[in-house]
Amino acid sequence: MGEHKVFGRPRTLANLPFPYCPGCGHGVVHRMIAEAIEELGILERTIMVTSIGCSVRMWRQFSEVDICQPGHGRAPAAATGIKRALPDAVVFAYQGDGDMAAIGTAEVIHAAARGEKIAIFFANNAVFGATGGQMAPTTLVGQTTSTSPSGRAPQQAGYPIRMCELLATLEGPTYLARVSIAGIANLNRAKRATLKAMEIQKEGRGFAMVEYLVPCPSGWHMTPVESLQWIESTMSKAYPLGVFRDKGKEGREG
Amino acid sequence: MAERMLMKGNEALGEAAIRAGCLFYYGYPITPQTELLEYMARELPRRGGTFLQTESEVATIYYVYGTAATGKRVMTASSSPGISLMAEGISYLAAAQLPAVIVDIARASPGLGRIPPAQSDYRQLTSGGGHGDCRMVVLAPASVQEMADLTFLAFDLADRYRNPVAILADGMLGQMMEPLEWKVRPAGKHSKDWAITGARGRPRNMVLNAPYTDAELMETNRILTEKYRQITEAEQRWEYVDMEGAEMAVVAYGTSARIAMESVEEARRQGIPVGLIRPITLWPFPVRAFRPLLGKLKGCLTVEMNSGQMVQDVELAVRCTVPAHSYGLGGGWIPNTTGVREEIERVWESIRSSGVPER
Amino acid sequence: MARIDVDEGLCKGCGICVHYCPPRVIELSERISPRGYHPAVLKDPKGCTGCAICGKLCPDLAIEVFR
Repeated sequence: MGEHKVFGRPRTLANLPFPYCPGCGHGVVHRMIAEAIEELGILERTIMVTSIGCSVRMWRQFSEVDICQPGHGRAPAAATGIKRALPDAVVFAYQGDGDMAAIGTAEVIHAAARGEKIAIFFANNAVFGATGGQMAPTTLVGQTTSTSPSGRAPQQAGYPIRMCELLATLEGPTYLARVSIAGIANLNRAKRATLKAMEIQKEGRGFAMVEYLVPCPSGWHMTPVESLQWIESTMSKAYPLGVFRDKGKEGREG
Repeated sequence: MAERMLMKGNEALGEAAIRAGCLFYYGYPITPQTELLEYMARELPRRGGTFLQTESEVATIYYVYGTAATGKRVMTASSSPGISLMAEGISYLAAAQLPAVIVDIARASPGLGRIPPAQSDYRQLTSGGGHGDCRMVVLAPASVQEMADLTFLAFDLADRYRNPVAILADGMLGQMMEPLEWKVRPAGKHSKDWAITGARGRPRNMVLNAPYTDAELMETNRILTEKYRQITEAEQRWEYVDMEGAEMAVVAYGTSARIAMESVEEARRQGIPVGLIRPITLWPFPVRAFRPLLGKLKGCLTVEMNSGQMVQDVELAVRCTVPAHSYGLGGGWIPNTTGVREEIERVWESIRSSGVPER
Repeated sequence: MARIDVDEGLCKGCGICVHYCPPRVIELSERISPRGYHPAVLKDPKGCTGCAICGKLCPDLAIEVFR
């Protein structure tokens, strides 16, 4: 009885090392997106919009996909420009929390409000990773970062922004979900959400966003395992997991 | 029978864009260009195009970037403060070598300013409009006819050179109504094999702004430097008005040129050997208009609706060999023919009497 | 019989696979890989069930799983 491979690199991802820190959450999310593209058979229709952050060079990994690299925070705007010009393309954007929830807040809100037919995969690690671990709009109260060295204090720096809940106040979005990659049960749910958001684009149905709670061991000054545990114990309490919007194929909830 | 229309400048830009095959327009309201936004909102859906009013100029330039990346003709417009908001995106368009047309209907500045016309965005746009070694061809219409004609040219240049191209007008040109004639133009064919459209049967394309290595970015800079050298060589445009035997040149573009032209005519009748050089490209600045006149010109007078921006390019064009005076003000000041003529007289007198360059 | 293959050119010794492997058959080697990390290794091949949890959680796609 010969052995066969039951798990390996999706062929949509180039055989290149990820440039991320040990334990970073980007790699796993990139993998799930690549698998979704393959499982749905949409590679040749897909156009990827990258953003500014640690994932700025993820276009190297997705070596067979047409890519567009716009400015910091503007991925939903560029994605809209692409989708409006090419309605049959599957267009997705990948953003971190600095890109989406700081400089890009207006762009994602308006793309969602219009129900723009794009998917956004949002890697939320509660910190500005690429620039060395500064406070982000998603940083938790009490969380220590290089620009909140005594821990985020609400009276000075306010409270974190919950993007799924924010966008769920709008009628435009078709699918909004928050998932985590901490542990296999969460990871399996995250994979299902990724597939669903991409499928909605394959069918041209509407705006879909998946928010992933992902670790940044460097920015959090934790080991990789500790950072996944912190997501489970603390981050998912501040950012509850779940589905915040799911318009069925008929356009109704459910 | 030629097709003639009476049109408002702002709307002529829009109609010309659609006739040039531009079916995508993104923009945001700001006086005095909003008529163009509204024209596109009405016309594009009727003619198979896409119009979208965006959330800000900061965002607008990136909607433009996305559509430009797919190889389709795309345009936006704004006015001075909104153009400043687009600066980063203009640099991104240049870095990614994307064609796009960006219109500035300039207004009284700086800051929020007020809505009367001005020409005080000259330096900003001719410097490239954004950070880094980026440049844009800057076209300066001086009539509603040119608002239309230069729009066709803008799209052609943008496609030919894979670069953003700007049209710099002002609130007066945008608001005025004049008759114009629509000319038949052969559509330029430019390869869009670099565009992102979904990688069917070809290697993937990349519309990048941050290459992976320093060497790659330096190579991009070499490509841009060579491109801008070619544009400087091939695309200088200007008009001479009454320059035959002129010993003094008034230099003005757009609205200022329309007014200065009359003043030049009046001054000529008084016996002053003065003519007008009207730049049509502000970048590349038409130095070739000046070089053959070196040795004959004794001085220049720029008339600008700003505190003296183009005068510096005039000084370079004459290699600082003769005085280059500046007459004008920003903030909504508009020259009148009497004022310009009196300034011509004053400057000519100072050139004649001193015999040496004077500032 | 199941097994995993860890690519030491990709593994960064983050330890996630070690912690999350249900039968606890993975450990970080004492060795230092050419990349400068302690790579993950299958310490007890007979105990591997081929569940692929290690591969799925691996941030670097360093693990292939065979059954």
